[in-house]
This record gives sequence, structure tokens and C-alpha cells, in this order.
Amino acid sequence: MSDTRFGRIQDLPSTHLLGGGTATCAGCGGLQAVHEAYDVLGENTIFVNAAGCMTLLSIYPFTPFRGSWLYTSMASAPAGAQGVRDALDILVAKGRIPPEEDLNVVVLTGDGAAYGMGLSATSCAIDRGLDFTYFCYDNEGYANTGQQTSAATPRAARTATDAGGAGAPGRKKDLFGIWIAHRPVYAATVIGSEPLDLARKIETARGIRGPKLILALAPCPTGWNFDPARLVEIGRLAVSSGVWPLKEYVAGRVVHTKLPRHRVPVEEYLKLQGRFRHLFEPQRNEELLAEIQADVDAYWADVE
Amino acid sequence: MSRTLITGNAAAAWAARLARVDYVPAFPITPQTEIIETIAGWIEAGALDARMVTLESEHSMVTAAGAAAATGVRVFTATSSQGLLYGLEMIYTVAGWRAPFVLVNVSRGLAAPVTLEPDHNDVLAARDSGFLQLHAATAQEVLDLGLLAYRVGEDERVRLPAIVNLDGFYLSFTREPVRIPDPAEVDGFLPPFESGGLGFRASRPVSEAVAVLGGGPYSYFRYEIHAAARNALGVFEEAAADFEARFGRRYAPVETYRADDAEVVFVMMGCFATKAKAAVDQLRDAGQAVGLVRPRMLRPFPGEALRTALRGRRAAAVIDQNLSLGFGGVLYGELAANLCGLSDAPILASFIGGLGGRDIPPSEFYAIAEAARDAADAGAPPEPRLLYTDAELREMRRLQGIAAAERSERPEARR
Repeated sequence: MSDTRFGRIQDLPSTHLLGGGTATCAGCGGLQAVHEAYDVLGENTIFVNAAGCMTLLSIYPFTPFRGSWLYTSMASAPAGAQGVRDALDILVAKGRIPPEEDLNVVVLTGDGAAYGMGLSATSCAIDRGLDFTYFCYDNEGYANTGQQTSAATPRAARTATDAGGAGAPGRKKDLFGIWIAHRPVYAATVIGSEPLDLARKIETARGIRGPKLILALAPCPTGWNFDPARLVEIGRLAVSSGVWPLKEYVAGRVVHTKLPRHRVPVEEYLKLQGRFRHLFEPQRNEELLAEIQADVDAYWADVE
Repeated sequence: MSRTLITGNAAAAWAARLARVDYVPAFPITPQTEIIETIAGWIEAGALDARMVTLESEHSMVTAAGAAAATGVRVFTATSSQGLLYGLEMIYTVAGWRAPFVLVNVSRGLAAPVTLEPDHNDVLAARDSGFLQLHAATAQEVLDLGLLAYRVGEDERVRLPAIVNLDGFYLSFTREPVRIPDPAEVDGFLPPFESGGLGFRASRPVSEAVAVLGGGPYSYFRYEIHAAARNALGVFEEAAADFEARFGRRYAPVETYRADDAEVVFVMMGCFATKAKAAVDQLRDAGQAVGLVRPRMLRPFPGEALRTALRGRRAAAVIDQNLSLGFGGVLYGELAANLCGLSDAPILASFIGGLGGRDIPPSEFYAIAEAARDAADAGAPPEPRLLYTDAELREMRRLQGIAAAERSERPEARR
């Protein structure tokens, strides 16, 4: 990853390909990550979209993208990417379009589709060795419909469907782990509040043919209930607390790209978000807080 | 030109081959699988310069088909029954993309109970999707309608995907003599896909299938699809005339057989209509003025041609190989609407038959013709009838008896 053209923050593109004025909420961590990724992906990109928040980026007759866009459905965006990729390959191979007309095919999906309904289409696109980038903005719930619990929702987070005192009962599914079990050419976790790390990973993915995952934690002011002004702060705390490990899988190995040497307590991350307020008020839920911290500690114990 | 004995499925594969398709997203399902296996063999042998990809579901298969067509290549795909229903979300969606391709559906009854044999409830679930829908009755028609479907669907006045339907087992696995057209002649009839404005290119960014806000823009695009589908009627007639000039076979949207002077006509779709044809011949020999009216095209609905074929008859016996549960026959309902208000409309008599491949023997056609004539004499439409014989009911009772006996012999029942 260190081989990319992005050595320091000053090297990041100043192009800003994504137009403004979209329908996303203020302080959207998903849009932040898409915006940063698009500058590295470049305009010769077609986004093949699965139903989710970002579906509302392109509303007739406007789009914030300089390149192409195809909305498919919730479950089958990787199959849409397959059709576009294959068709472009056929057109180039048969000499019907020049190679410079080719496009970089990127699935743009939320966690609702990625962790659930779209998993079979994704798994089998990886099996087929499809040359595509799978970009998931993970806001840890069905955010577009009002933050119902998804398979990406972390333990104890309150959602529209788990509004009780204990919050969501499950544990966040390990989509990165599911991906690397398929032995793809590349997989990485990113977050918009670490733009240099994100840009390097997008750049690395861009240079490899085959199935590639970019999994972006997307802090969601609306669904997580925090002040949009704290987007970057919460994103940084997700990393420094160890809740969101930044890592990549390349050439069959997982490497952590940021090792939080002195991890801040997970509480610091949780207490800024309304979805976890029931862990602190009216009284602290020591048991759940300890359980959440223990999960994070166990992850890093394995790493270290 | 000589004729070759091939199955209905092979005829469907030949349509894809002669259309020189670029891309075949596939998924196996009985009784369709022979089509994709045949095509895979040709690709392997170098007889067809296409790419085949096996998806993990029909939902993904239809998505890939639409996405590739929207990128500007010629696409063929095929499915059956549960597969068509599994892909149905995308059947509706890709029609809205205005991406033309051909999907062959090999009809098979729907679960539950699960079965392998044919009826038309599967393909009728796609009736309102925006796909053009053509129904073949012979293997020759499967091939020819496949070529016509590309020509019509790709026409800039239409730009819609098309389903060509053939009946599972009875047509899919039956070998019939088929004239396989000369590839060069097909090239004259069906030039390479000219994608026009369709296609994602670096120099020409396109946003496809974007969201709309509000009923106004939504209605606009839906009306556009409807208008395009209606255009397909005239475009089909043009294409069929050209096809006849080149290949000598004529395909009207509605086939009529010995119907010109008929007092009573059977109205049927698909290959079971060939059983009706045989019955018509028998009844004609017995001196009865009976004929057959068979829509080859269901969408767009050839209302004018059907009115022309049906008005002035005393009675029309509509034999639906489908059942809209809680309503009745789908074609019957459509014809009733189509004929409503005409002073010389025939009395319509509705029959449900052929579900899950249930045979319709000649004796039933004779009884249907008689019931239709009686209704005309009475001047009132009869109650819809579900074809079923005493023998079938006896057999069903026998099976139930076995089931009951097996159940009573379970250990806990003996205690």
C-alpha cells in the first residue's frame, strides 16, 4: 500500500469530482467516504448501485457523478456489475469500442444489502473472479428507511426495531472476514475520517484486476443520533478506540494499516452517540459496556 | 431448404446462435437447461462467438442480462417457472431500462405443489412487466419468433426486452422438423445490434435507472414504456412481412385456423393449441363449423386482430392453460374486456385446462365445442369450467386412500 502516489495528506487529489447539493443528510459519513474514494477512482467509473441511501444521489434529472451510474436493485448490484463488465470486455474484444472507452466498474452498496440480501450475489461474483470494486458504506443499519437493525448493527445499539433498553441483541457480522474467506485479490476497511489511508487503499485496489472490497464505516448522524459537526471526531474515535480496525488483505495476508497503540476506552466512542445513550443513562449498564469493551480487546489481543 | 429434427429447446438455442448473440447470462432450471447446455457447447466448439456466464440465481441472471444490454451488446437468456418468478423483480426493472434482449421461458407450472410440467402461470406473471411476450406452438416458431423478437425489441421505436415462451416437455423436449435458416440470410434480416444512445462509455457518461421524485416523472416514464410496447404491434407486422419475404413463413400476431366461416372457435395459446387444431379437423370432418384462434403475441395485446378474428362468431371457447386463482382464466378476462360493447361479439365460454401438463384429449375439445354452441343457443355465457374427469378424480381418491393408509400405519397411530 505504501507504493501508492499518496505519501502525505497534501498528495490527495484536489479535484473533487463529486458534485454538491445531494439529498444525503448533513454530516453523512457514507457520502464523505464516497466523495474521497471518487477522487481516486476518477470519472471513468461506473457505479452500479444497490438500493440504499446512496440511491438518492441520482434523482432525475440530476446526478453528482461526472461518470456513469446504473441503479439495479437491493440484491443484485454485483450481477449488474457482471453484466456491465462483461459487455465492456466483449465490446473491446470485438473491436466495437476502443479500449479508452472502457470503465472501472464499482458496486456502491450499503450494509443492508451487503450484509444480507446481496450477500449471495456478492459471494458468487467473487467466485467468478469478477473484476470489480465493491464499495460498501456501512452505517450499521437500514438507514435509508429509518435505521432498523441490520446484520451490521453493533451490539447494544438502539435502532428503530430494537428500541428497548438492551438495544440490538446480535453482534456485528464480520463482512471483511466473509470476503477474505473467498480469497479475493484485495479487501480493505476504510473510514472517511482517515482520508490518506482511504485514498491509498482505493489506489491499491484500482491497480489490481479481480474482486476487491472497500468496506467503509459510515458514521450516520441521523441513524446513530449525533451532532453532524462531530462526524470526523466520531470517525477518529472509531479507529482510536479499536472499534473499527483499519486493515487490508492483499496477497493472502491481513495487515493492519493503523495500530492504535494506546486504545482509548470504547466508552469515549459510544457516549457521543444517542444510539448508545441507554448504556449511560439513567444509570450505567456496566455489564454491557464491559462486554463491548471485551469484544474489542479480544479482537486486538488476536492481532497483537 | 431441408428440415432438421430438433427439440423446441434446440430451436431456442438456434435463435440465439443465428442472432449472433454476444452474451448469455445463464442459470440452470428444468426444463430449460438444454438450451444453455446447447449454447455452451457451441461456444466451446467455436461455432458461436459469445460469452456465457452462469450466475447464482435468475434474479442475478436477469440483472446481468439487462446490464449488458444497457451497455450495448446483444444478449440472450432463458429460464422457466420458479426461475422466472425468482427473477421477476428484475424482469420488471430491466424493461424500465429500455434495454432490449430476448429471454426464452420454457413454461412450467408454479409451486405449490411443485411440478415439472407446463402451464402458463409462470410467464403470465411477467405479463405486466413491459416485456414483449410471444407464445410459440411449434419448434419452428420458437426459432422464428426468437429472431423476430430481437428485430422488434431492438427497433428504436420499441427498445424493450422480449419473452419468447414455449411449453415445457411437450415442446421443449419434442423433436420436430425445423427449417434452420441460412446464417447469411438471417444477417440480412437481423443486422448487428445498433445500441444507439444505449451504453456506458468513458467519453459518454450515462446515468441509467435513476430515481424520480413524484408521480409526474414516474408516470411519464411508465407511459413511455407503454407507448413503446404499443408501437411493437406495428413494428412486429413490418418485421413479419420482411421475414415472410425472406424466409417464406408468415407470422401474424394472431393465428387463425379454419376460422373464416367458423361459428365456434377455440381460443388458446401455446403448443396445446396444436391439440385444438387436430380437434378442429375432426369436428370439421363431422360437419361442424369450428375453428381456432391463437394469439402468438400476448404483449403488446393484439386487440384489433383478436376483435377481427372473433366478432361475428356465435361463440368463443377460451381455453386458458393458466388459472388466476380467485378469478379464472387470464386470457378469458382479457378477451372479455377486448370484446366488451361490440354488438357482434361472440358469447365467451371459459375453460381451464392443461394445468401442470394435464392433457386435453379430443373428447374434451368436442365437449367444449358443444358447450360453447349450447351457450350461443341460450344467448348467455356459461359458468367457467375447470376441466377434470371422473377418472382423474377416482385416481386422486385412490392416491388419497394410499396416503391415509400409510399414515394410519405409522407407529404412533398404531398405539
